[in-house]
Amino acid sequence: MSKGTLTILQLYPKEMNIYGDWGNVLVLKQRLAWHGYTSVILEHSAGDEFPEDVDLIIGGGGQDSGQLVIQQDLQAIAPKLRELAEDGLPMLVICGLYQLFGNFFKTHDGTVIPGIGILDLETHGTNERLIGNVVADSDEFGEIHGYENHSGQTRLGPGVKPLGTVTRGAGNNSTDGSEGARHRNVVASYLHGSLLPKNPAIADFLLRKAAERKFGSFQPADLDDSLADLARRHAGARPR
Amino acid sequence: MFPFSVLVGKAVRRISRLRGGGSALPGLVVEKIDPGFMGRALSGLPRGVVVISGTNGKTTTTKMVVELLQGQGLTVFTNRTGSNFTRGVAAALLGEVNWRGKLTADIAVLELDEAHAVHFVKLVPPTHCLLLNVLRDQLDRFGEIDQTTRLLEQIAAKTTGIVVLNREDPRVAGIASTVRDRDIAYFGLDSSLRSTFPNDDELRGDIGVAAPSSLPADVILEHVAGNSASFLIDGESTSVDLRLRGVYNIFNAAAALATARAVLGSEINRAGLFASLATVEPAFGRGESLVVGGKPLELVLVKNPSGFRLGLKSFDAAGHATMIAINDNYADGRDMSWLWDVDFDSLGLAGVDMVSGVRAYDMALRLKYDDVELRAIEPDTTLALRDFIDSTTDQPKRIFCTYTAMLAVRRDLSKITTVEVVS
Repeated sequence: MSKGTLTILQLYPKEMNIYGDWGNVLVLKQRLAWHGYTSVILEHSAGDEFPEDVDLIIGGGGQDSGQLVIQQDLQAIAPKLRELAEDGLPMLVICGLYQLFGNFFKTHDGTVIPGIGILDLETHGTNERLIGNVVADSDEFGEIHGYENHSGQTRLGPGVKPLGTVTRGAGNNSTDGSEGARHRNVVASYLHGSLLPKNPAIADFLLRKAAERKFGSFQPADLDDSLADLARRHAGARPR
Repeated sequence: MFPFSVLVGKAVRRISRLRGGGSALPGLVVEKIDPGFMGRALSGLPRGVVVISGTNGKTTTTKMVVELLQGQGLTVFTNRTGSNFTRGVAAALLGEVNWRGKLTADIAVLELDEAHAVHFVKLVPPTHCLLLNVLRDQLDRFGEIDQTTRLLEQIAAKTTGIVVLNREDPRVAGIASTVRDRDIAYFGLDSSLRSTFPNDDELRGDIGVAAPSSLPADVILEHVAGNSASFLIDGESTSVDLRLRGVYNIFNAAAALATARAVLGSEINRAGLFASLATVEPAFGRGESLVVGGKPLELVLVKNPSGFRLGLKSFDAAGHATMIAINDNYADGRDMSWLWDVDFDSLGLAGVDMVSGVRAYDMALRLKYDDVELRAIEPDTTLALRDFIDSTTDQPKRIFCTYTAMLAVRRDLSKITTVEVVS
């Protein structure tokens, strides 16, 4: 007997799915099942009509060329995304879509790509590529493990909080030690890995917020995350 | 100067071999003391220089091109260790040149890593190049796959003769538009096989629905059934039984055939070409088959999502014990995200007997999320291999491994069975 059905929407799975972004969707889908819920996975690609009933939104990173392809569509669905974010709908955006959820991305040659302003932050393209294993500390989620690979450097504005503070690696930029961003129930991060498999606390936060918003409460099962703990421990011991 | 650097390089090569050391060190030394060495040794070969690059299949395809050309009577120089950096080529040359730095060969056929190929073609412009594919791999080194495509474009731009391209890979096929004044030869797939080889843009959702390529192909892989394949060349279809395993290797055979045809043109002996192809054995660690305790053991190198997907597709899990060894050393790529771009459902029925390597727990976690049953986890590959062999004595075995895990597993296997030494 299912405790209920949640609908997960993956943004631009073809254009913005550079490295393991499917892993995040799979983790949400499987953990929902293990918690006793059922899920529906929807995809939104450029040009599609935005679906009516959505409980959780997830988006990934892309090539620079992929970001150009989705640009127009993202601006078209931006009002809807803003409304849902302010209404408390949980969202996870990684790397490329993290940048575009901000105010703008200024590329290395000076071109300004407008973002959709859900997150108060700006990103500047640079020559330096920040690549490697990352560990960040977060009050909400504990230690976060992942892998970054980006040349855009992000500065947070006063309207958002960082997701965490890096203890290894670079995170948002090469100077201020912040990683990712938080606003309402939106979680934004540069970390691949994929992020959610090794960070089940973030996965369950997103599921909890989705369930609470739809059903008024979340009734999780007690899941065994010992493999994730071991994977985190080994990842934490690896070189940058 | 010339004889001096050659002698020093040869001496370093001898010493490093005695010590059982890496195959590339002498190449590194000779590159440092005599940067012109490689260009001098390779220029003036009567049939020129073929460069083979791309993400997947370089080693096996290079081996095929070499054997196809040898079958046509050519003396071929190659870097067969899979050391595909320029220093690997220099090291291989040191073993072959005379003390004056001269190479006795008709043609050189060289496998080069994408980034090193760009460096190499500036020193030695190739007469032909074969560009296989651009797939997600080592993004921690190259940043983006579009960036990798730019590297392959530079190889094509320096090529003086025919550029051989995979028409089924949109990024590779697109390279033709950057070298419009060059002769292009394509290899391709029959449309019925398109869905067998999803590219990275088709990871999720509709696979193989892209319109079939309208580019004319010099060689087309028409049909595959097990190890038997048929190729269409000049409107004539030929069936061959191959010793190579795996659909991806068989598609690479089309690439090798197209390249041999580009080199030899109308002189080619078609029957001889297919006779040579039939006898090509897999390259080391690439579907290589060994015998342990009277049962076959296959080593399948996996290093990126596309390769792992095709590996799982090519080698049926039924009836086999399976081990997976995942390392994250520099040569493997440090980012584990790629494991999440591979579907492991095909292992669901038989389960996995052992997961090993530095990132064993990342792999175990990946299998858990695909509901694949896992019997044991042991990060140490030596202990894991022993346990895997001891606990599956009566079964044929298969080990999927990343590059450095493959080297480690092969080293351990050489203590208990016959493993060809590649140096």
